[in-house]
Amino acid sequence: MTSIAEHAPEVRARGLTPVWACSAVAFLLASLAIGILAGPVDLGVGAVFESAGARLHLPGVSTSLSPTEEAILWEIRVPRVMLAALVGAMLAVAGATYQGVFRNPLADPYLLGVAAGAGLGATIAIAYLPAGLRGHRMLPVAAFVGGSVAVFLTYAVGRSARRERDAATLVLAGVTVTAFFTAWQTFVQQQNSETLQEVYSWILGNIPSTGWSDVILILPYIAVAIVVILALRRVVDVLNLGDDEAASLGVDVRRVRLALVVAATLGTAAAVAVTGLIGFVGIIVPHTIRLLTGVGYRALIPLSVVVGAGFLVLADVVARTVLAPAEIPLGVVTAFFGAPFFALVLRTTRGGTS
Amino acid sequence: MIELRGVTVELGGTAVVDRVDAIVERGEWLALIGPNGAGKTTLLRAIARLVPFSGEISLDGRPAPELARGELARLVAVVPQEPSTPPWMTVAEYVLLGRTPHLGPLAREGARDRDAAGRALARLDLLAFVERRLGTLSGGEKQRVVVARALAQEASIVLLDEPTAALDIGHQQQALDLLDVLRQESGLTLVGAMHDLTLAAQYADRMLLLNGGRVVANGPPADVLTEATISQHYGAAIDVVDVGGRIAVVPRRSG
Repeated sequence: MTSIAEHAPEVRARGLTPVWACSAVAFLLASLAIGILAGPVDLGVGAVFESAGARLHLPGVSTSLSPTEEAILWEIRVPRVMLAALVGAMLAVAGATYQGVFRNPLADPYLLGVAAGAGLGATIAIAYLPAGLRGHRMLPVAAFVGGSVAVFLTYAVGRSARRERDAATLVLAGVTVTAFFTAWQTFVQQQNSETLQEVYSWILGNIPSTGWSDVILILPYIAVAIVVILALRRVVDVLNLGDDEAASLGVDVRRVRLALVVAATLGTAAAVAVTGLIGFVGIIVPHTIRLLTGVGYRALIPLSVVVGAGFLVLADVVARTVLAPAEIPLGVVTAFFGAPFFALVLRTTRGGTS
Repeated sequence: MIELRGVTVELGGTAVVDRVDAIVERGEWLALIGPNGAGKTTLLRAIARLVPFSGEISLDGRPAPELARGELARLVAVVPQEPSTPPWMTVAEYVLLGRTPHLGPLAREGARDRDAAGRALARLDLLAFVERRLGTLSGGEKQRVVVARALAQEASIVLLDEPTAALDIGHQQQALDLLDVLRQESGLTLVGAMHDLTLAAQYADRMLLLNGGRVVANGPPADVLTEATISQHYGAAIDVVDVGGRIAVVPRRSG
C-alpha cells in the first residue's frame, strides 16, 4: 500500500494559492492608498510617506505637511480608512461564514436579525435619549445591544423548535425576529417622526469621521471574531456537507456552529453599531472571490477578510468624493453596485448550490 | 464488532426501530433488508449516533454513548444514501474531509492525512480524478469518491445506506465487488441497507430483515430469503431461485 502512495500524485486541498493571496493583498494595499490620498485636500503621495516616516521616527525624515494637513491625515483620513477596512473585513467574512454554516449562498451577515435589532436600538436611542447623551457614545452602544439581543432571541426561538432541522429552524427564527423588531422600530420611528431623518441616515449606513475612538471601540470585537472564524475555517467546509455528514465526520456540529455564528454575529453587531446598515458587502465580496477562484471556504474566508476590507475602503471613497462635499450614504453605494452583481450571482449559481 | 441490545429509536412518538438485538462480527458483511419504512436507515443512523436511541450499542467493545464524536468517527464511517457533494469541491478536497476526525477542530491536514487520502484514492482507482471538481463527475464516479472519503477516514466499521441505489447494474456490481475486496484486505466490517435482495444475497454474509422496526428474520441469505418470508413482509409475489449456488429473488406477476 505504501508503494501505491509513493506513486500517488500529491493530494492537497487548494488552500490559499500564492497568486490569489498576493492579488488580494495588493488590492487591499491599493485601496488603502487610494482611501488615504483621496479627499478635498490634496496631500500628495510623497508628503504622506514623509509624514509616516516622521511618525515612525525614521532618521533624517521630517514631515512637509502643515499641522492642519497632519491632523487631516492622522485624525481624519487614516482612522476613517481603518474603520472602513475593519467593517468591510468583518461584514465580508461574516457573510462567507453564514453562507457556509447555513449552506445558503444568499445568506448575509444580517440573516439572524442583527440588523433589525441594531436598527431598533439606534432608533430608540435617537428618539428617546436627550440630544446631549446620544451623540456618538450612546448610539453605538444602543445599536450593539439591540443587535445582540435580537440574535440571542433568534437562537432562543430556534432552540425551542425541533432539534434535527437546526440550521433551517435558526434561519426561520431569524426571519421571525427580524419581522418583529422591524415592526417595533417602524412604530417607534412613526411615533417620533421628527427623528425620521436621523434614523433614516443611520439606516443607510456611513463611515463616520470620528477619529480613532470608533476604531478602538470596535477593534477588540472584530479582531476576536475574525481570529475565531479563521481558526475554524476548515470546519466550515465540513459543515457545508450538512449536519449529519459533518457529525459522522466527528464534528460537534452544534457547538462549532454556535462558535462560528456567535463570532460572526458579535463582530457584525460591533460593525453595525458604528456604521449603520451597510448592505450587500457580505454577499458581493465572498461571491466575487468564489466566481473568480472557485475555492472552498478554507481559502474563501481569509480572502474575504482581505478583499472585504479593500472593497469597503473603495466604496467609502466613492461615497465621500462623487458628490463632494456632500456624502452619498455608504449603503447606497454598496447596494448600487451590489444589486446588479447579486443578479449575476443568482444567474450563475442557479444550478448546483449548497 | 458491533453489538446492539434492545435498540429502540422513537421518532414522533412511534418506535421506528423497535428493540433490535444483533451482533456483527469484525470483517462481516451484514445486509439490512426490509420494505420501505422498515427502519433500516434509522438503525444505521442510530449506530452512527446521528439520532437519539435507547438500549445499548457498543462498537469494538466500547459503549457508543461514551465515545466522543471524534472517537466515534474514527471507528465508524458512513456512506449516506444521498451524500452532499458540493460541485465546486475537488475530489482531493472532498476525500481529505474524511480525515476530519483525525484532526481536531483547529488543525490542518499533514503528510499522514495526505497519504491516507492518496491511498484511498488509489484503492478506488481515482488518482486521475484528484483535481477534478465534484460537479463534473458522473453518478458512478461520485459514488466511488464518497466511498474513498469513507476509506480515508480509516474506520474499521463502514455503514452504507443504499450504496448502489443510484447506479446501473454494471456499476452496482463494480461497487459491491470493490467493497468486498476492501473488506477482505482491510478487515472492514460492513453494514449496508439494501433494497435489491438479489444483489444483497450475493454479497452479504448475513441478512437482518426488519419490518415495522423489528427484526423478523436474521441469518444467512438462504435462510432469510424464502418465498414465505418475503411474501409475508414485503407483500410481494416472488420466486426464489438458485443461480450458480447463490440465491436470486425474481418477481412473479400475479395477475
